[in-house]
Amino acid sequence: MTDTRTISEPKPKGRAAQWLAMLWADKFAFFAALFLLIAVLCAIFGPMLLGDLATKQNLRGRNAAPFDLERGWVFFLGADALGRPLLARIIVAAQNTLMVAAGAVFFSAIIGCGLGLVAGYSRKRSAQWIMRLGDVIMSFPSLLLAVIVLYMLEPSIANIVLVLAITRIPIYLRTTRAETLEVRERMFVQAAKVMGASHKRIVFRHILPVVFPTLVTIATLDFAFVMLAESSLSFLGIGIQAPDITWGLMVSQGRPYLTNAWWLSFWPGLAIILTTLSLNLLSNWLRIALDPTQRWRLEMGGRKNG
Amino acid sequence: MNSFIGKRALASAVSLVGLVILVFFLSRLTGDPTNLYLPLDATTEMRDQFRELHGFNDPLIVQFGRYVGDLLQGNFGDSIRQARPAMDVVLEAFGWTLTLAVITMSLVTAAAIVIGSLAAFKVGGVFDRIATFFSLVGASAPDFWIAIVAIVVFAVNLHWLPTSGTGSVWHWILPVAVLFIRPFGLILQVVRGSMITVLGSAYVKTARAKGVRTRPIIFVHGLRNAMLPVITVIGDQAAAILNGAVVIETIFGFPGIGKLMIDSILLRDFAVVLAAIMVSALAIFLMNLLIDIAYAILDPRIRY
Repeated sequence: MTDTRTISEPKPKGRAAQWLAMLWADKFAFFAALFLLIAVLCAIFGPMLLGDLATKQNLRGRNAAPFDLERGWVFFLGADALGRPLLARIIVAAQNTLMVAAGAVFFSAIIGCGLGLVAGYSRKRSAQWIMRLGDVIMSFPSLLLAVIVLYMLEPSIANIVLVLAITRIPIYLRTTRAETLEVRERMFVQAAKVMGASHKRIVFRHILPVVFPTLVTIATLDFAFVMLAESSLSFLGIGIQAPDITWGLMVSQGRPYLTNAWWLSFWPGLAIILTTLSLNLLSNWLRIALDPTQRWRLEMGGRKNG
Repeated sequence: MNSFIGKRALASAVSLVGLVILVFFLSRLTGDPTNLYLPLDATTEMRDQFRELHGFNDPLIVQFGRYVGDLLQGNFGDSIRQARPAMDVVLEAFGWTLTLAVITMSLVTAAAIVIGSLAAFKVGGVFDRIATFFSLVGASAPDFWIAIVAIVVFAVNLHWLPTSGTGSVWHWILPVAVLFIRPFGLILQVVRGSMITVLGSAYVKTARAKGVRTRPIIFVHGLRNAMLPVITVIGDQAAAILNGAVVIETIFGFPGIGKLMIDSILLRDFAVVLAAIMVSALAIFLMNLLIDIAYAILDPRIRY
């Protein structure tokens, strides 16, 4: 009796399992995804669970040194100038930090992609105007604009999202338009047109799915950029205002105590750097995973480079 | 080429005019500078005199008309804060920023090109992995945080370098080093990616088959063709510094245009803000022009 099944093809796996396997094939990307998952969980549940702890002042524990478990695990990273536990504050601040970046990326991607599809697909003059609009936004010194707008409109979370979203629109606009221009001429779009498909159907069922992977990759990278921009604004004192907290604001709050309590600025900065690094690594992985001609590198489970 | 430059100049001028109008009105909406400059117990007459002196009493549109009229005569208005022509203040600060940008970007370009090319030559090798990892970390790091950590380590603890200000060569090291990191990471990635594509092309294979040695292949055959996308990124990054490395200049107390802009906005020194915008817009226009010329030199097929 011979068993021939051992050399047969492996069973076809579910989609989720396939993606997980591809993620596991790139260890850096795997840990990046894991870290981001933890960060997102912190952002969702952190304020609920640790909200009180993060704002409770304890003047006896001012600038308590890190790596000391005597006061409890939330003080593992030390305490800030008012004796509030840094670890709890970093977890709670994840919400604002990620929310601002996610909001800005979401709105700029939707608006930019929509305008880009119109500009690339339509042959009317309005398409030209959309591109000029993008150029004008691009030529603005974005940080300066943000400073003026936030100084005028009160630095609230919604306004910061608004300013950052506007400055990032051209990125999506240009990419979507360039890809749409190219995809529009491909055979399957021509075929759909000949068969009498409506413009709406062509744009959403034939062009958008081709453009989408690029957009996801860019959005991941841009998320990191927007997070850094928000941190810079908060650091300069024109972003999020206390008592709200973000990681950038925490770095700025720790600045006066640099000489005797480095941990006040160090840990939130590390949180920023780890998050942006994870996003960059994940974006690299996405670029390969979403590209049908490159995907084998991950499916083979071998080395992936290039 | 000339008509191309003309078109570009026109497009830039249009968006600059739009920007100046926008900033003029937006910045005046932020409030009246009087209270920022006069003491709390200043009398009403003193306040009125101050407003009269700087022309804040007229309606906005009249103020704008006067500003445009002055501009056409080459007068950019006076700085309230420093009581001298706004353009003088801006040009002085711009000189500092320009020096900073030139030093930083030449170091970044040289380092990124050499290391990126070497990494691309043996994809997946030890050197490549180390270079890729550091470029990713560099591109992800928030510069204000690196600046703070660098100050703590090198200025506060080791006493090797001054914390802020200008005056000696030593003052330049920290700002340049911190500004170096992000562009270096980004440009290195582009050099590596572009170089990998070029090294896989037919003419490089031909050169290798003819027996050309490694170094000429990288730096003669490869580099010139790999440079086009690299130059674009170099331009973007240089523009970012020229636009004012606001955060870094603030942290290091560097008297550049970024710090000047943010101080002027916060103190409602409107003439300086507008002059600074115009100067940096002109600088960025000239730089983009230089980049386009560099394209044409590197790739003779490009014609404008």
